[in-house]
Amino acid sequence: MSKPKVAFYWCASCGGCEETIVDLAEDILGIVEKVDIVLWPVAMDFKYKDIEAMPDKSIAATLLNGAIRTTEQEEMAHMLRRKSQYLIAYGACAHLGGIPGLSNQFSREHMLKFNYEDAPSMANPKKTRPQLKFADGGREPTLPELHHVVRTLDQVVEVDYYVPGCPPTPKLTNVAVTALLENRLPPKGSVIAPDIALCDECPRKASKPVNTSFTEFKRPHQKLMDPNLCLLAQGIVCMGPSTRSGCEAACIRGGMPCTGCFGPTSRVRDQGLKILSSLCSNVAPKENGEIDKVLEGIPDPVGTFYRYGLAKSLMRRKVNLPVK
Amino acid sequence: MQSTKENIRIGFYVCHCGHNIAAMVDCADVAKYVKGLPNVVLSRDYKYMCSDPGQELIQKDIREYKLNRVVVASCSPLLHEHTFRSATAAGGLNPYYFHMVNIREHDSWVHTDRGEATVKAKALAHAAIDRVAFHKALETKTVKINPDALVVGGGIAGIHAAMTLANAGKKVYLVEREPSIGGHMAKFDKTFPTLDCAACILTPKMSEVGAHPNITLWSYSEVAQVDGYVGNYKVRVKRKPRYISEERCIGCMDCISACVFKEPKFEDEFNEGLGKRKPVYIPFPQATPQIVVIDPNVCLNFKRTKGPDGTPIVSDRCKKTCVEACGDKNAIDFTQKEEIKEIEVGTIIVATGFKTFDSKRVPAYGYGIYKNVYTALEIERLVNASGPTGGEVILREGKNPDGSPKHPKSIGIIHCVGSRDKKTNVWCSRVCCMYSMKLAHLLKEHTGAEVYNFYIDIRAPGKGYEEFYNKLLDEGVHFIRGRVGEVTDWAMTPEEEGKLVIRVEDTLAGYVRRIPVDMVVLSSGLEPQADAQDVRRLFNMSCGTEGFFLERHPKLAPVNTFTDGIFIAGACQGPRDIPDTVAQAGAAAAEALVLIDKGFVEQEPNTAFILDEECSGCKSCIPLCPYSAILYDETRKKAHINEALCKGCGTCVAACPSGSIVQNLFEDEQIFSEIQGVLAYD
Repeated sequence: MSKPKVAFYWCASCGGCEETIVDLAEDILGIVEKVDIVLWPVAMDFKYKDIEAMPDKSIAATLLNGAIRTTEQEEMAHMLRRKSQYLIAYGACAHLGGIPGLSNQFSREHMLKFNYEDAPSMANPKKTRPQLKFADGGREPTLPELHHVVRTLDQVVEVDYYVPGCPPTPKLTNVAVTALLENRLPPKGSVIAPDIALCDECPRKASKPVNTSFTEFKRPHQKLMDPNLCLLAQGIVCMGPSTRSGCEAACIRGGMPCTGCFGPTSRVRDQGLKILSSLCSNVAPKENGEIDKVLEGIPDPVGTFYRYGLAKSLMRRKVNLPVK
Repeated sequence: MQSTKENIRIGFYVCHCGHNIAAMVDCADVAKYVKGLPNVVLSRDYKYMCSDPGQELIQKDIREYKLNRVVVASCSPLLHEHTFRSATAAGGLNPYYFHMVNIREHDSWVHTDRGEATVKAKALAHAAIDRVAFHKALETKTVKINPDALVVGGGIAGIHAAMTLANAGKKVYLVEREPSIGGHMAKFDKTFPTLDCAACILTPKMSEVGAHPNITLWSYSEVAQVDGYVGNYKVRVKRKPRYISEERCIGCMDCISACVFKEPKFEDEFNEGLGKRKPVYIPFPQATPQIVVIDPNVCLNFKRTKGPDGTPIVSDRCKKTCVEACGDKNAIDFTQKEEIKEIEVGTIIVATGFKTFDSKRVPAYGYGIYKNVYTALEIERLVNASGPTGGEVILREGKNPDGSPKHPKSIGIIHCVGSRDKKTNVWCSRVCCMYSMKLAHLLKEHTGAEVYNFYIDIRAPGKGYEEFYNKLLDEGVHFIRGRVGEVTDWAMTPEEEGKLVIRVEDTLAGYVRRIPVDMVVLSSGLEPQADAQDVRRLFNMSCGTEGFFLERHPKLAPVNTFTDGIFIAGACQGPRDIPDTVAQAGAAAAEALVLIDKGFVEQEPNTAFILDEECSGCKSCIPLCPYSAILYDETRKKAHINEALCKGCGTCVAACPSGSIVQNLFEDEQIFSEIQGVLAYD
């Protein structure tokens, strides 16, 4: 019997998710023994037409990382959906929109203008912008078009499972792949991580007082932090209480607060709103001016509370922005 | 997103509420629209859904059409949610499969365009139809009621409430801040309009309270802390030291005569400072309990400087003739300390009364400037036979040529001082017109003086009140309609010399008058107690803008508060006279008895609960609960909600960062489907 076929693909992403596959280290050998990798652009050369030629559902599982930002990514998502039995949103960008999703705060024009004209590091006196097609010695190469907004994978095609994280941990990746290979699959639509907030597995959990209220917020670089005390108790915004566990509190063990890359639990539709509601309810002052003073410690609320989840949130994008 | 497990069958009813809704909403059109929505089996419009036939219609349809959800679009849930839930239950469904849409207060009553109001009714109905599919069967929980009750405040309201409960066989704690119960009424001379002697009708009730086997009377005490919930309140009462053993004092008052101060020297609070008392005293002859009290601020056996925590320090400098006089009874105890008593009660009646408006706040009337300007309460004491002058109305200032005390020959009574006035208090204090007329009668009777009443309007709306006004007119008391501009001693004519001149625009005669009098009486209004806000927080009640305690409903729940098991009676809720106060105190006692005799209350199941498996123990919710219902279980590292304490406010539900707190009837999918529904109509 032939080995099941597996594909890895990347869309709007940084490449970190690919790194996790590599970080499986020797475990990858066990996997490679059991599967055929039919597509993995970061490591091997495949052509579009090769995939197109494959029969539908012939790929057992595709692990797709990255958000959907361009026409090309959308097209690939649709094609891989057709060719695969299981489509897995791999990593925070495919799952929630990720860091690229933060651009949903701005229009496409705003973003292009900044990046090609206004950015301090940009020298582009002719204000040249990327073109969708151009003539080049008799050929006419084309570039994919940017959509107005960044979408999660499941906002474009149906998704079977999600492996969360920025990037997912090797351990969870192993769990997901093993579950696939052994056909021990959770209910469709599951996120392959425990459905409880990170505090549950946080080494600093016990150190949080029951009456924590906030008189100030500080960013990690603004404060000498106690290495054992709950970060929220120190006035550092930690997304742990509203973030799914499964990373074993890797950032917190490294002395940094959770930034929320695993996304919310299954019970929450909007991770940012939930942590906002929780933190703001516990702000100590009760007068407007005093409250504002405390909140000044969070200069970029969207980037703080929606660092990975803006595209998937209830707000999703700047008001009145078209999707495509 | 419909639940697939069961086949949802919704019955929808839109109520005309006579013309209340039908005049502004096309009810038949709403019913027609809802008929086309998913899961709706039948949709009707009906004239009065809350009527018996309306309720029977629901029951019949549930059986005939096998409905498993019911939605009624009508008035406010506050009014009829219970009615329709009961009808749903009578039809054989769990009552929480019912949902109500408010298209009266939220729609027909507040809009003027029939078309748009109908659109809004449809959108609201759509929301309810989408929501109700997610409703679940819920059970009401019962909480036992401790039969003991606490009454706070020993004025006529508290006395009557305590007596009513005690006579019904309930054990009552009556807590009064002052050394004696009796409140303001004990200070009054006569009561309007019958002119009964206030003491004659009050003091028998006071001694009854003192002697009642079911009443524990704690005077000179204050409630310090209230915890718990309906039926199960834990109350800490602070008993202030009176330096007298309540058990040993027999009220013989030998200590008072034996005090080293031969003459009373200190301002007597009960007589509004018109008389004097000694450091050891009893507030008034009929005080209940009949136990003396020592004022450590003036008693020579105490140092004039207090301890660091404000407690008096014994100096032991006095000869203590009082102790000698007390003898074997040995009731005087200078070492007595403040004591905290803890009691458990099921219901609480708050009857903390009012304070009178400080007339100095209207300087134009000269109170505190001219000695012969009095407050009404001072006059009550002055005309009282057991008052500081034995009932003789003597002016504070001025003597007859022979040196004898002077009696007023003309008296002006100014109404509405600190009432109906944007500069002070805007409300009508309700009792001032009547007590002013009563004082006019009494002053005329005592002195034969010419008495002038200066009024804005005479408000005499009570049994026998208007008749009393007529009687006063017959007696020759003058009534001058107009708000007084000022009281001055600046004489412009020889007749005004040595008199107080009241300047007023007589709005009936149409000109400004100057009326010289010997005595001015200010009819000061009623205000909330100075510490009403503290008391409000203590009992978790609300206050209206003016600071009186807020009733749950001005018409239908006038003695209930928003906290179950806590009731209000008397002038702490708003200015009122004695008959109304007693009626309200009886009503509060009856409401408490309803709870006590039923023995339990059913609690709305709209409480929140923690999904135990899913709780990460982040503790975010714990400091937020206004009812202290959430505890952190240190062994299991999870939060836990005490359902009996939960009032269903939803604060923790919104704040739980991992969505692990759920509130019955307000589950996420219910609310989201409702939002989707309301936005679906276009």
